[in-house]
Amino acid sequence: MSHDVYELSGVRCRELLESREASATELVQVYLDRMRGVDAQVGAYLLTNEEAALQQAAEIDAKPAEERRPWEGVPIAVKDILATKDMETTCASRILSGYRPPYDATAIRRLKEAGLIILGKLNMDEFAMGSSTENSAYQPTRNPWDLERVPGGSSGGSAAAVAAAETPWALGTDTGGSIRQPASLCGVVGLKPTYGAVSRYGLIAFASSLDQIGPLTRTVSDAAALLQIVQGQDPLDSTSTGLRGPLRLPTERDLAGRRFGVIKEFLGEAIDSGVREVFNDACKTIEALGGVVEEVSLPSVERGIAAYYIIAPAEASSNLARFDGVRYGYRSGEGEDLLSMYTHTRSEGFGPEVKRRIMIGTYVLSAGYYEAYYGQAQRTRTLIIQDFNRAFADYDYLISPTSPSVAFKLGERTADPLAMYLSDLCTIPVNLAGLPAISLPAGFSQGLPVGLHLISPHFGEQALVDAAHALEHRFQLEARPALTEVRE
Amino acid sequence: MSDGHGTNGGYEAVIGLEIHVQLKTNTKMFCSCAVTFGEEPNTRVCPICLGHPGSLPVTNERAVEYATRIALALDCAIAPHTIFHRKNYFYPDLPKGYQISQYDLPLGVGGHLDVELEDGSTHRVGITRVHMEEDAGKLVHAGGATGRIHGADYSLVDFNRGGTPLVEIVTEPDIRSSEQARSFLNQLKNLIEHLGVSDVNMEEGSLRCDANVSVRRPGEPLGTKTELKNMNSFRFLARGLEAEIERQLSDLEAGEAVRQATVHFDPSTGSISVLRSKEEAHDYRYFPEPDLVPIVLDQAFIEKQRAELPELPAARKERLIEQYALSAYDAGVLAGSRSLGDYFERVAAEGDAKLAANWVMGDFSAYLNAQGLAVEESRVAPEDLAELLELIADGTISGKLAKDVFAAMAESGQKPGRIVEERGLGQISDETALEAIVAGIVEANPSAATEYRSGNKKVMGFFVGQVMKETKGRANPQLANSLIRKALEG
Repeated sequence: MSHDVYELSGVRCRELLESREASATELVQVYLDRMRGVDAQVGAYLLTNEEAALQQAAEIDAKPAEERRPWEGVPIAVKDILATKDMETTCASRILSGYRPPYDATAIRRLKEAGLIILGKLNMDEFAMGSSTENSAYQPTRNPWDLERVPGGSSGGSAAAVAAAETPWALGTDTGGSIRQPASLCGVVGLKPTYGAVSRYGLIAFASSLDQIGPLTRTVSDAAALLQIVQGQDPLDSTSTGLRGPLRLPTERDLAGRRFGVIKEFLGEAIDSGVREVFNDACKTIEALGGVVEEVSLPSVERGIAAYYIIAPAEASSNLARFDGVRYGYRSGEGEDLLSMYTHTRSEGFGPEVKRRIMIGTYVLSAGYYEAYYGQAQRTRTLIIQDFNRAFADYDYLISPTSPSVAFKLGERTADPLAMYLSDLCTIPVNLAGLPAISLPAGFSQGLPVGLHLISPHFGEQALVDAAHALEHRFQLEARPALTEVRE
Repeated sequence: MSDGHGTNGGYEAVIGLEIHVQLKTNTKMFCSCAVTFGEEPNTRVCPICLGHPGSLPVTNERAVEYATRIALALDCAIAPHTIFHRKNYFYPDLPKGYQISQYDLPLGVGGHLDVELEDGSTHRVGITRVHMEEDAGKLVHAGGATGRIHGADYSLVDFNRGGTPLVEIVTEPDIRSSEQARSFLNQLKNLIEHLGVSDVNMEEGSLRCDANVSVRRPGEPLGTKTELKNMNSFRFLARGLEAEIERQLSDLEAGEAVRQATVHFDPSTGSISVLRSKEEAHDYRYFPEPDLVPIVLDQAFIEKQRAELPELPAARKERLIEQYALSAYDAGVLAGSRSLGDYFERVAAEGDAKLAANWVMGDFSAYLNAQGLAVEESRVAPEDLAELLELIADGTISGKLAKDVFAAMAESGQKPGRIVEERGLGQISDETALEAIVAGIVEANPSAATEYRSGNKKVMGFFVGQVMKETKGRANPQLANSLIRKALEG
């Protein structure tokens, strides 16, 4: 069997399995080969699940067709932030090295129940803190379009693996843009669902009120299909709601009568000219498809980054307190008493960005500072939600570039956290408001992918994938990363 | 010297209590592990109560119901909208590095409990707040001589208790003496026992009490308070408070100010040790728990919980007086413990209530105290005690003999009828049989008979004694009396 790996979307894999043009074992083998050929360059995988994946594939292949579930046998890879039973789950942190969770995240359980085959665990910024995947304690991941450049983050491993066709699709998580920004930088589709659509049970928490699991795929249809598999209310997550109804595969080809608001505040000086150009072209495409494009102002979103870098670290400082060396994960051999065991374990186990955010979070929650920082940030969050609500009274979608720039070079921003934080300018307010949003490839600047960011009202996922599908069809982007498979 | 009654050389003690009550739910506060006591360590745990990465809490609805009933029984206002907060601190028994608790929006506020004091007066203690939280695990300090953390070789953590639902009850500083504190806690315990939502057992830790203690001259502003911990019995609560009040007074007498601190009562020495200065106290960095949604308690829910409240001790006391014609004192004692009150009512269900009250408060309670048993652990079932009282009432045995039968019941758990039968203890009320015995005794003691007939009626006692001796105490005393009189007077 010979397949063009770039043509193998999740939906296509399902078709091949259904028509018996490919076996599950063949599909798994395609990706294991591809990993062997390119992952030494890309560095997307932290762990490959080769043996178990092949075994599961063989069992599926032995089943009569009528006993197979629709997605059974389709491979997938997942960000290493999701708990996988008995499979090492590190969150790309030294403090969880060797940690094998005793349970599956609900999203993982849903994948398994649907019969998908987990190829492995994907790299990320440690505890999802970062925008370049350079904060992984284990390895950097490189952008398949230019190996000197970052894939974005924190779901950089997921975006790079999909872009390099090392998996048909992947799950990532998005706290402030961690699905959409790497999707934009790697030229793939990234969908961040409405807060609550996918259960967070088993998602190793960074910022509980912002975290959401979502798909990174090469097609909009795949994003819809994968979200439909993992979404749903979960009794194990009080904040989960599921979607309001099942998500259909999108078929739209035009945008007649749809109203798109361009968020003025997201087109300021921070946006690179090349990105702006692609975005302006995308607006013309929307109009060509019958959509109405107008500028709209959401004044409070400019304060999104400031509010986010108080709320997210505050929650993180508390969420990461459990990594104390007592019950699981890394424990330092140093230390003579309890306090020094804690101090050594956490000093040695966490990387610098994680420590920075724990310190910021601890500070903003401290007695005497709470109101000035955390209280103020929460009020800002409310204003941002109100701005979005007002805008959605007039528009079906709000749009912007996903990322202010194309992929930057490794090391370029590591010394400047504020420049790094600005990568998420356009994506962060969406998490603060709990809205669904999608990034889809809209063109190239300097030969690197540029993503278009569409935001819709709460539970507007169907409308979101419908519009994205119409645009995807019109954009007809054919370019592929120039990766050469290297064989030993 | 503290006299336990709040007046010490012109000073008065000001005490507020913080009480933790473990709820008797089937499962833990935020996961589905069973709530148990005394199981093998770390056998009632799951990823959630062990704080594994990615796990999330889900609120136990039954715990919210139970907590609401406690708040209602204490006349608190129930918050229509209540949320959980995280209380952040590091300790090995706290798996997540924070405790899920409540902060500025507790479940209930502004209640009170009217406490009956020893002298019969009533003292109202305000309830500041009632809130819900989760319990921590338990540290076991191994090695070393004391079993305490100091000197231990290493420590182990048992997370079975971790995540057990707790209700924290905070009182206003309305308590003025160790005796009042003890009465308050006793009556709070009894109230919760009546609600049936907790075992409220101090020794097992399902009822725990800390105290905030300060002293002042009456009318002056509040003095500097200390937080007194580790009083795990009613006796230690009173002794700990007295020791701490005395310590503060001696500081003041020595011209030193009382320092804010956490203090620890050591029951083995009766002394107080100062644990840590409050200046370096934790900043718990409370913030709203983002993993849980707010709890909205509508009027229908609150009214449903109110309707679920059983008869509470004060009402029960009134009913006992009314229904069983008991004295206020007896009714107070019996309503003062749910289990004792229940036991009494089962004994008194058929028969003489006054007699039942005397027995339950007398021999039965003495037996429990002597054996160190709880009412539930008694070998004498209430139906058996009722049967015993029936045997007295119908004249089968005398009240005096009944005490021996009761002792045998307590010993063997056997039914009184069987004991009476097996030991041949039934009263002889057979007139013919007794007449023969009496006739024999009168005949064998002619001089005593003559003496009686010549007017010395006191000799009667001698004959009764002889009859009892002959019948091993089984003769029906009234019948024996009348038969002797008949025989002598002819």
